[in-house]
Amino acid sequence: MWPSLFPEEASTIAPRVDALYFFLVAVSCFFVVLIAGMLLLFAIKYRRRHEHDVGASIHGGMVLEVTWTLIPLGIALIMFVWGAKVYFDEYTPPPGNSVIVYGLAKQWMWKFPPMDGQREINELHVPVNQRVKLIMTSQDVIHSFFVPDFRVKMDVLPGRYRTMWFEATRTGTFHLFCAEYCGTGHSRMVGQIVVMSPSDYQAWVAGGVSHNTLASAGQTLFTNLACASCHSAASGSRGPVLNGIYEQRVKLQGGQSVIADDAYLRESIMNPAAKVAEGYQPIMPTYQGLVDDEQLLELIEYIKTLKPAAASAPSVTTSEPEGQGTSQPITEHGKSSSAVSSPSAAPTAQR
Amino acid sequence: MSTAVLPRENYLNTDYGLRSWFLTTDHKRICILYLLTITLFFAIGGAFATVMRLDLATPAADLVSDETYNKMFTMHGIIMVFFFLVPSIPATLGNFLIPMMVGAKDVAFPKLNLASWYIFTAGGCFTLWALISGGVDSGWTFYTPFSTLSSNTNVTLAALGIFIAGFSSILTGLNFMVTIHRMRAPGLTWFRMPLFLWSMYAASLIFVLGTPVIAITLLLVAAERVLHLGIFDPARGGDPVLFQHLFWFYSHPAVYIMVVPGMGVVSEIVAAFSRKRIFGYTFVAFSSLAIAILGFLVWGHHLFVAGISVYSALVFSLLSYFVAIPSAIKVFNWTATLYKGSISFATPMLYAFGFIWMFTIGGLTGLFLAALGIDIHVTDTYFVIAHFHYIMVGGAIMAYLGGLHYWWPKMTGRLYPEGWGKLGFITVFLGFNLTFFPQFILGYMGMPRRYHAYPPEFQTLNVLSSAGASILAIGYLIPLVYLLWSLKYGPIAGPNPWGAKGLEWTTSSPPPKHNFETTPIVTEPAYNYSELEETAVV
Ligand code: HEC
Ligand SMILES: [Cu+2]
Ligand SMILES: [Cu+2]
Repeated sequence: MWPSLFPEEASTIAPRVDALYFFLVAVSCFFVVLIAGMLLLFAIKYRRRHEHDVGASIHGGMVLEVTWTLIPLGIALIMFVWGAKVYFDEYTPPPGNSVIVYGLAKQWMWKFPPMDGQREINELHVPVNQRVKLIMTSQDVIHSFFVPDFRVKMDVLPGRYRTMWFEATRTGTFHLFCAEYCGTGHSRMVGQIVVMSPSDYQAWVAGGVSHNTLASAGQTLFTNLACASCHSAASGSRGPVLNGIYEQRVKLQGGQSVIADDAYLRESIMNPAAKVAEGYQPIMPTYQGLVDDEQLLELIEYIKTLKPAAASAPSVTTSEPEGQGTSQPITEHGKSSSAVSSPSAAPTAQR
Repeated sequence: MSTAVLPRENYLNTDYGLRSWFLTTDHKRICILYLLTITLFFAIGGAFATVMRLDLATPAADLVSDETYNKMFTMHGIIMVFFFLVPSIPATLGNFLIPMMVGAKDVAFPKLNLASWYIFTAGGCFTLWALISGGVDSGWTFYTPFSTLSSNTNVTLAALGIFIAGFSSILTGLNFMVTIHRMRAPGLTWFRMPLFLWSMYAASLIFVLGTPVIAITLLLVAAERVLHLGIFDPARGGDPVLFQHLFWFYSHPAVYIMVVPGMGVVSEIVAAFSRKRIFGYTFVAFSSLAIAILGFLVWGHHLFVAGISVYSALVFSLLSYFVAIPSAIKVFNWTATLYKGSISFATPMLYAFGFIWMFTIGGLTGLFLAALGIDIHVTDTYFVIAHFHYIMVGGAIMAYLGGLHYWWPKMTGRLYPEGWGKLGFITVFLGFNLTFFPQFILGYMGMPRRYHAYPPEFQTLNVLSSAGASILAIGYLIPLVYLLWSLKYGPIAGPNPWGAKGLEWTTSSPPPKHNFETTPIVTEPAYNYSELEETAVV
């Protein structure tokens, strides 16, 4: 019975959260015993023996007050620092190579559009001992991606990309819950994370190669929506060439600059006027309402695969070599396959 | 005792007609009006909880439909928070006691006080209407864009109900603050005031400063639903998370509206039943104000996973730890008060002990939620449910019941049966802990809140919790029955059945219409049980 009353520790962060948790449990037990013990002790020892007895004339004590202010404050600060450290590591995806997964939440299902391999609904296959980076958005209301056995949770917002990561340490099947109330089927918005050994995972990926990968769907869209009429070398530079733009610094009108990450690409398509690239007129129409969240992901994924044109590529410093490290074969992105350096020496075959 | 009689003339028997009740400006009668109204709301809110707990006894969602379940927890939350907990101690005990404790005839604005009750009732009716005409399923938290774009239930109506009731809070808070500032009897300096007044003052501050924010927020939700303004809708350039900032800016301090008055009640009870001055009076008094002020700066701790920057999360976490300190100070001071006291185990004192137990557990588990790394895992799970029920139900309702028992003889002139009182306390205490303690474990296991159906491994703890809830329900019925019984058959209490200090105990029970025969003059500090000369406060 005991093991079933505690969640599994199935990710790298889980033991760290649990250690902090047990520290707090210990501190709490100490204070509960202390306070309940004192209350009982005093209440019994000084119980009223005669009807007209009154208490002693004690009004306070500065030393005691200072003590029981400073000691709890000290303990609280330890909790704060420790908790902040875990949070920071959990919410800042570490640099380096990781499997990238997109997540789309909608009432009431989780969709994981295929980077390649298989389209998944309410089920996500990931390799063990390898970092998985999730880029998530919602198509309607707020949901929350929650895997108790990994101790990870992040709200998934409409109109915004949020990035989280985890690294599973055990193979098996784990609950995926929607933790933010999202309407009628909220408690049905559950799924599972299937953590597989590297070889099983490779087999699974290979077994499902479908032709409609995210990127190729994006390419079709890119043509159909006439993006190329502005965004191609042939278009007479009405718009910037998008090759190799992902994760690089883009200069904006007015002298600022931004890293062209997922959120930026999204904004450029949905709300082009928000940040205008230097040297161009704000003539790009908004695609708000014309493409849905899934198509948007396809477009973005396609843009990511556009190789930098060897000659015209500006010499930019990559913000962080994320490496597009999908363990999947679609990484045509020039630098990614070479940038793969997996210090943890995950046994997964990187192709 | 047998020879005792009720005072010939008191606030209850000056008039009998309905008019004399519905048009009364007497704060004591308004207290009774509130008492009846919120008891009704408590019963409705409790009925929803009962059905939910029954449904949750099995993993499959088999008792009611998903829609109904969602409406149940929404209405349970809305009614319990806005129409029971927020007004509970302030509008009843606060109304009855503030004028008596300052030695005045009434509150500063008696007519406004009556108007507050009408506004509150009107807001309540609106909300009940929303409930009867189809219900609301947005959760009591009204998170956007679900509440604005997705829910097709009576969100607008319910929001308006709360909006209206909010004016009652603001006016009540204002009334109390002015009363405490302007109407204190001669000699009643700030530092001679009973601690209940300090805590009511702090709670009033939150009423006045916080309530307008929730009013505006809910109005925006209603406007967005009706006019599609696009404030919270990302497709129109709005920000759904903005709502959460606004909502918690009120709703976090609102937790202190519920619990700070309870702390005041507990201070009174602990002093009276230890026959001793509260240890560290000034620390306890100022900690109420500190909580009220710091409470406004920690709203972000509800948003740690919702999409705020890592750095603002750090700030909110740190501030949340700071607000824990004044609460800890109070608990230590109450405990120290018992040392060398003359302690009686009367029912109100048992409730005060119960409060300290609940509040300690509720407060300590708050530290878990303030710890950023743990919050990611436990937020939006049953851990949070258990935590805030320990504070708001365990804490606030224990204090409310304790206060009701303590001042019941003053309000009605009669004593309740002590044996039944103790039995009621024990049932509530055991029932509550059995209901909510398992939920901490459930939450850490990962059961999300607001789940109608759940995986089977969570069932054992859910069954325990549901069993506890049935005990708790009986526990709440026991006092209801014997308190009503005592109205007619309870022994006559006399002016001061507990041998307690405080101006309210110097007048007859029930008090006359104008509280005191002559304006009292205060010459000693509060809780001067040892009859010593006033000594310097620490
Ligand atoms: C009418 C011409 C036009 C069309 C059609 C057009 N764009 Fe653009 N786009 C521009 C211009 C001009 C800019 C640069 C100014 C700006 O940032 O708004 C731009 C900027 C961008 C950027 C940001 C690039 C940077 O360097 O900052 C992205 C990404 C982008 N467009 C993607 C698309 C996609 C995807 C489509 C098709 C769905 C599309 N655009 C269709 C004209 C166009
Ligand atoms: Cu959801
Ligand atoms: Cu949900």
